[in-house]
Amino acid sequence: MAELLQFVFSGLTVGAIYALVALGFTLIYKASDIINFAQGEFVMLGGMTAVFLTLGGISLPLAALVAVIATTIIGLALHRLAIEPAHGASPVTLIMITIGASLFLRGIAQIIFDRRFHSLPPLLAGDPIKIGGAAILPQSLVVLASAVVIVTLLWVFIDRTLLGKAVIATAANRLAARLIGVDTRRIVDFSFAVSAAIGASAGILITPIALTSYDVGTLLALKGFAAAMLGGIGSAPGAVAGGLLIGLFEALAAGYLSSSYKDAVAFLIILAVLIFIPQGLFGRAKIERV
Amino acid sequence: MNVRTLDNRLLPAIVIAAIFVTLPIFFPSAYYFRIGALVFMSALAVVGLNLLMGFAGQVSLGHAGFLGIGAYSVAIGPVHFGLPSWLSLFGGAILSGTIAFLVGRPILRLKGHYLAVATLGFGILVAIVLTNEANWTGGPDGMSVPKLVLFSWQVRKSEVWYWIAGTTLIGGMVLALNLKESPTGRALQAIHDSEIAASVLGIDVTQKKLTIFVTSAVYASVAGSYLALFNGHVTPDSAGFLRSIELVTMVVLGGMGSIVGSLVGAAMLVVLPQVLTIFHEYEQALLGLILMVFMIFLRRGIVPSVAATFVGLRK
Repeated sequence: MAELLQFVFSGLTVGAIYALVALGFTLIYKASDIINFAQGEFVMLGGMTAVFLTLGGISLPLAALVAVIATTIIGLALHRLAIEPAHGASPVTLIMITIGASLFLRGIAQIIFDRRFHSLPPLLAGDPIKIGGAAILPQSLVVLASAVVIVTLLWVFIDRTLLGKAVIATAANRLAARLIGVDTRRIVDFSFAVSAAIGASAGILITPIALTSYDVGTLLALKGFAAAMLGGIGSAPGAVAGGLLIGLFEALAAGYLSSSYKDAVAFLIILAVLIFIPQGLFGRAKIERV
Repeated sequence: MNVRTLDNRLLPAIVIAAIFVTLPIFFPSAYYFRIGALVFMSALAVVGLNLLMGFAGQVSLGHAGFLGIGAYSVAIGPVHFGLPSWLSLFGGAILSGTIAFLVGRPILRLKGHYLAVATLGFGILVAIVLTNEANWTGGPDGMSVPKLVLFSWQVRKSEVWYWIAGTTLIGGMVLALNLKESPTGRALQAIHDSEIAASVLGIDVTQKKLTIFVTSAVYASVAGSYLALFNGHVTPDSAGFLRSIELVTMVVLGGMGSIVGSLVGAAMLVVLPQVLTIFHEYEQALLGLILMVFMIFLRRGIVPSVAATFVGLRK
């Protein structure tokens, strides 16, 4: 029982990170119908920038803030420089552009930073907390709490502010949104910026537990995407639930089946979801108009 | 232009065959044969992928998975089962085709980004299996591949591989060019333009897509086997994500739907790192940059764009 509890805790911690990545996907997808494969790179950039700033002697909170801001600017640049010039391209073309962007960012990170693994000091130091025989790192609680805060803030923002309502309008119908005076271009800008900021925060949060390096982005992006798909693409609650579920499945598979096939879990889920429940757990079936 | 003769259709293959035969006259050393062989082997996989992407309009971001299956077949077959390499190569091709058939049935129903992610997931699964089944595959470090033996004669020289790979590539191109003009090829172009319109016309969309997916998997598998036999070593990287994206970039660079473009795309990405050492160091960044720039500004790729310019000039 203690063992199961241990797996559940570690699964939820990683799952919270997948949920944040999935939320980033969802936000951009909602605003622009683009699947952004560079989402994992935002996580990597957040973690790596914070690591190197702290190595340079800057205090952790300031380093984290700078890392989030820098990543947000990169997210904006991605939209303005790579996505917008390809206006009107097919979904697959856009996917390839974001994959190109992800390789590009990773290649640059490898040059600016290095190829080694890095860690950050935890925000909450201290001994693991014992609950029912399972040990939880204080940093895990920080991750979970921060994820809750980020999700809540995003929800309040989208639900309660005018800009948030403009995002909903854009997601519902881009043309209609433009007709009522919403600057949809700025909404997409905004969605890229917020996704980047969320990704970078996730990267900073998980680095003390899971380490980071220039190439962690691909797997994170794919697992986040698996989470978004499991939850039903375009559904924000689905993204969060999907992320936590993927984290749980992964931790249980690693614990009870085989730790070396841990990474395969997300892909088996992707394939299974695509084949059996393409609309996901929370999504609506898409009916194509001819 | 309405009369399409046999010669006309196969013209690209004939021109390339002529270049392929005459080029070695100018080769100062065995190193050039080596590069030539590598270009032809990659191009073979790219021609196959281009059938899928360019003709049928279906993307695969996991094609290196089939490359890896082909590569490991010629490693595992001789080492663990004592099979001759050429038989393992055919075995690998059949295995790749079968897997493509089984995986393709459910996956090819998907469209756009769903298909992209499903194929990507498939490719990474293959890489994960190859990395983890260390007893069979040697794990992350890979394993060495016994040299190809043909008629009790060991093939090791780059010159010989140049001829083998080039001949196979031209065979593969002729097949692809013929396929393009066949009823299946025309059906695929119809599917590319509109799946619904194609199915209304009575085209069995799923079946045609599956045919081309299996074909392209076999191309990739054979190319993978060649590369493994030629290099004498395989690692799980040969099936990895980066390799899949490299193949896609080669297709996009040369031009989607252009068979000659496949060779041009492969040649550029194989030769560039040899010429520019800087390319090796910044491989990922440059690969990403090329992919982005071509998808944004030159979506048709090099060969179709150049061809369009020439046609424009003639008018």
